Amino acid sequence: MPNHNSMRFMPQTEADVASMLKTIGVENLDALVAHVPEDLRSRARINLAPGACEAEVAREMAALAAANDGASGFVSFLGAGYYDHYVPAAVRAITARAEFATSYTPYQPEASQGTTQAIFEFQTLITQLTAMETANASMYDGASAAAEAVLMARRLLPRRRVVAISRALWPDYRAAIRTYLSALDAVEIVEVPFDTQSGATNLDALSDLATDSLMCVVAGYPNAFGIIEPFSNVAEIAHGAGAIAISATAEALALALLKPPGDLGADIVVGEGQSFGMPLQFGGPGLGFMAARAANVRQIPGRLVGQTHDRDGRRAFCLTLATREQHIRRERATSNICTNHSLCALAATVYLAQMGRRGLRELSERNVELAHRAQQALAARGIKRRFSGQFFNEFAITHPNPAAALKAAEARKILAGVPLGSDYPDLAGEILVAVTEMNTIDQFDVLASALAEAC
Amino acid sequence: MATAGEISNKAAGLAHHNGSATRARDAHRRSPFTPLLFELSAEGRVGADVPRREPGQIAGADILGADLCREDLPGFPELSEPQVTRHFLRLSQLNFAQALQFYPLGSCTMKYNPVLNDEVAALAGFTRLHPRTPAHLAAGALELMARLEAALAEITGMDAISLHPAAGAQGELTGLLCARAYFRKRGENRRKVIVPDTAHGTNPASCTLAGYEMVVAKSNARDFIEAAEVRRLADGDTAAMMITNPNTLGIFEPQIAEIAAALHQKGALLYIDGANLNALMGIAKPGHMGADIVQLNLHKTFSTPHGGGGPGAGPIGVSRALEPFLPVPRLKKTGSGWILDCARPDSIGRLRSFHGNFGMLVRAYAYILALGGDGLAQASRAAILSANYIRKRLEAHFPAASAEPSMHECVLEHDLEKSAGISTFEIAKRLLDFGIHPPTIYFPLVVHGALMIEPTETETKEVLDEFIAAMERIREEALTDPDLVKGAPHTLALSRVDEAEAARRPILRWQAK
Repeated sequence: MPNHNSMRFMPQTEADVASMLKTIGVENLDALVAHVPEDLRSRARINLAPGACEAEVAREMAALAAANDGASGFVSFLGAGYYDHYVPAAVRAITARAEFATSYTPYQPEASQGTTQAIFEFQTLITQLTAMETANASMYDGASAAAEAVLMARRLLPRRRVVAISRALWPDYRAAIRTYLSALDAVEIVEVPFDTQSGATNLDALSDLATDSLMCVVAGYPNAFGIIEPFSNVAEIAHGAGAIAISATAEALALALLKPPGDLGADIVVGEGQSFGMPLQFGGPGLGFMAARAANVRQIPGRLVGQTHDRDGRRAFCLTLATREQHIRRERATSNICTNHSLCALAATVYLAQMGRRGLRELSERNVELAHRAQQALAARGIKRRFSGQFFNEFAITHPNPAAALKAAEARKILAGVPLGSDYPDLAGEILVAVTEMNTIDQFDVLASALAEAC
Repeated sequence: MATAGEISNKAAGLAHHNGSATRARDAHRRSPFTPLLFELSAEGRVGADVPRREPGQIAGADILGADLCREDLPGFPELSEPQVTRHFLRLSQLNFAQALQFYPLGSCTMKYNPVLNDEVAALAGFTRLHPRTPAHLAAGALELMARLEAALAEITGMDAISLHPAAGAQGELTGLLCARAYFRKRGENRRKVIVPDTAHGTNPASCTLAGYEMVVAKSNARDFIEAAEVRRLADGDTAAMMITNPNTLGIFEPQIAEIAAALHQKGALLYIDGANLNALMGIAKPGHMGADIVQLNLHKTFSTPHGGGGPGAGPIGVSRALEPFLPVPRLKKTGSGWILDCARPDSIGRLRSFHGNFGMLVRAYAYILALGGDGLAQASRAAILSANYIRKRLEAHFPAASAEPSMHECVLEHDLEKSAGISTFEIAKRLLDFGIHPPTIYFPLVVHGALMIEPTETETKEVLDEFIAAMERIREEALTDPDLVKGAPHTLALSRVDEAEAARRPILRWQAK
C-alpha cells in the first residue's frame, strides 16, 4: 500500500497485500474493482486534503472547539429541552470503556451480557421513574420518541383520526410528530392552546376534542414553559373519550420528584434522558426513552431486552420480542428503528445507579430550590414571571425588550435564556430561563441586574 | 501464527475431547453470576453527593407541595460509587467488542474506532456547548458541521448534505419524506417505492412509515438487479427505488446507471442506501451513479463507535432538486458567519431535536481529517482486499453465495446442515469459543444459511488467517465431533442462551420479590 498518514489504522503491509493478492489470483488492487464501471471509477477520486497525523488532527479539532466561546466563560441559563447538569466522572469512565463503546447491537447474547444486562437495568430504572410496566432499550431523543409514541397510539387505535398535541409541548417535539406523521393518511393533528394565565394546557379546549375520533393526547410534563402540567386532568379527558394519554418529559430529572406519569394516568411515557449523565454537546446524542403498559408491549417500537437462562440454568439477558422489529417484520414492523442510543442508555444507567434513590431526589429538589431562588431574584428587580403555574427548574419571564436583555447579559458573560418568540410569536416578549445545580445563588443577582438594566 | 488446532484447543479450553469435556468446559467459564444493580442495593447508601441546600432554604418538595410530588422512588438502587464502578466494569468484561476481538459482522462495518476521536469529542469546547447557544458563540461547531457537510458531499458526489438524522434508519425516513415533498411540490402523488429482495429490513419499514407501498424487485440469477426488472416495475406511480450498493451480498450493482436512467425516465428518483459506503470511497460515487438521495451511516464507514447499538448518525445527501426539502435547521453562511436557518418553507421539518448527533459528527470529521481523500480511498480498497482474501481462502468448504466479485464483504454458504446436521447458528456460536465475534447470519434472506462476513480494512492478515483457520476447524469438528459444535459456546461466562424462553414469557424488568 502507498505510504499515507492514514496507514496507522490500516495494518496490512506491502508484503501482506502482495501475498493476499497472490492468493486471490489478481495482479493488483485495481483488479479487484475492475468490474465497477470505468465511467464511475474514473471520476471517483476524493478531492480532499491529504491525511493528517494525529497531532495535526488534534490541533485542528482543538482549534474548532476553542472557537465555541459559548462553551466556556459564560454563566448559562439555557435549557429549553437540554439541561446543563453535572456529569460524574464515573459515568464518563464507564461509557468510555471500549468493551461497551465498540460493541454492536447485542445480537449474540453470550458475547453481550455486559450490554444486555445494562439495558435490562436501564429498562427497569425507567419503569421505576415513570411508574410504568415496560420500557424499551432507548430511542434517539425525546422528540422522535414522542413521534414514535403517537405512531404506537395509532397502532392501538387504528380507526381514530385526531392527534391532539398541546401547544405547550416542546416545539421540537411537535415538529417531529408532524414530520413523522406527514405521510400517513387519515390522521389529523390538532394543537390544543395553552391557558395564557397558567401556561398549562387549556383543558376546556382539550375537552372539546374529546370525541370518539380522538386517538391520543400529547402533553409536556413539565411543558415547554417549565410548567408542571396537571397531567391527571389531561389523562382523564383522554380516557373519557377512550383515547391514549401520552406524556413527554424533556427534563427527566423532574421525574425523581414529581408524581410519576404512570400514576397520573399516562398510557405511554416518553422523554429525553440527556439530563442523566450526558453532556450538552450541542444537542446530541441524547437519549430518547419510552415506557408503556405491559398489555401493549407488542406495539412498542425499538429494542427490548428480556431475562432468560442459559443451558445450565444461569440467568441471562437477550434481545427479545424481535418479531415487532424491522429486521423480522420488514414493511409491517412497529418502527424502522435499528440503531438506537444504547451507549447513552448505559450512561443513564450508570448515572442513575450512582445518584440512587436518595441522591436523585435530592438533586431534583436542589434544582427546584435554585430555580425558585433565581425567579425571586428576578422578581425583586421587577422582572415578572409570565405564567402562574408551578414550575420545576425552568420558567418564562416577560421582558419589554428580550433581544436587548439577552445582549446585555451576554456582555456580562451570561447566557440568560432562550427567547420564546421564534417558536411562539404570541410570546415575543418572553425568555425561558433554566436553572440547575450548575448554577450558584450569587449568579442570580447578576442575571437580575443585567436583565433589569435593559428594560 | 498459531495453527488452527492450537487456537481451537486454547480457545475451547479443551486438552482433548473426551467424556469429561463438560466439566472441563465449565471450569473455564469466567463469571458465574453478575447480580443486578437492584440486588446489590442496601438502604442508606449513596453513590454521589449533591450540592448542599442553601441555609434557610425551603425544601424543593415543600415549594411544590405534596399534590405535585411523589414520596419516593420505590425499588431504586442505593449503591456507593465503588460498587457502581465495579459493577459496570465487571459487566464490561462480559462483552465482545471491536477493540478486543475480530468482529466481522456483515453490513455493520466494525472497523477500528480511533481513540483520538473520542478524546477530541470530549473537549469542553464541544461537550459544554448548549444547542441553543447563539450562533456567533458556537462558530467552531457550526464551522465543523459545514466542513463535514462539504466533505461528505465530495465523498458521495451529492449536491447537498443534511447532518440532521440520528441514525441510518432515520436517514432513510428523512430521504423518503424529501422524495414525497418533492413530488407533492410538483403536484404529483406517487405511491410506490421499489425495494430489492436483498434489502435490509429498515428499507421496507421506512417505506411504510413514509406512506409508500413497497414493490419488491427480484434479483436475477447472478444476484443483482437488472435494469429490465426496474423498467418492468417502474411507472408513473413510482416515487423512488431504494437500492443498497454494493447490495447485501456484497456485490456492486453493475447496472446501477441504467437503473437510474430507467427510474428518471419515469420521473422517479433513485435512493441509494449508503450502508455499504465502505466499499465505495474513491471507487464510485453515488452521485455519479445517478442517485438523487443517499443516506450514510457515520457509525459504519466513518468509524464512530457503535456503542452496543448506537448512538449513530445518519446524514443524507441529495441532488440539487431535492435540497429545498431537507430537514431544518440548515446551515447557512451569512456575512457574520454560519447560522442555523429554519426559515425554509419547503422543508419537511424536523425528525428530532436540535442539529444532529453532534458528538458523532465531531468524531467522523476527525476521521476524515486523519485519512484525507486518498486515505479514505485506500480504506475502501483494503476492505475489499480483506473480504476477497477470506472468500478465496474459504471457498473450498464455505463457497460464496454468488459467483459475482465481492466488494467489502462476502456472503458464504456451507453444506454442514446436510452433511453433519450443523446449522449456521451453531457455527456462529462455536466461533465465540475462538474469541471471534460471528459474522451476520441468515442475512440476506435470499441466501440459505448465509454467513455475511465484513472484515474491514483495519485487521491484520494474521487475524484474517486466524478466522479462516477457525472456520476450517469448526467444519472439521462438525464432521467429527458435532456435539462439540452444537454445545457451543463452551468458554464464555454463559452457555447457550435460551432466546425462545425470553420471548415466550417476557420478563422485561427487575421487580422486588
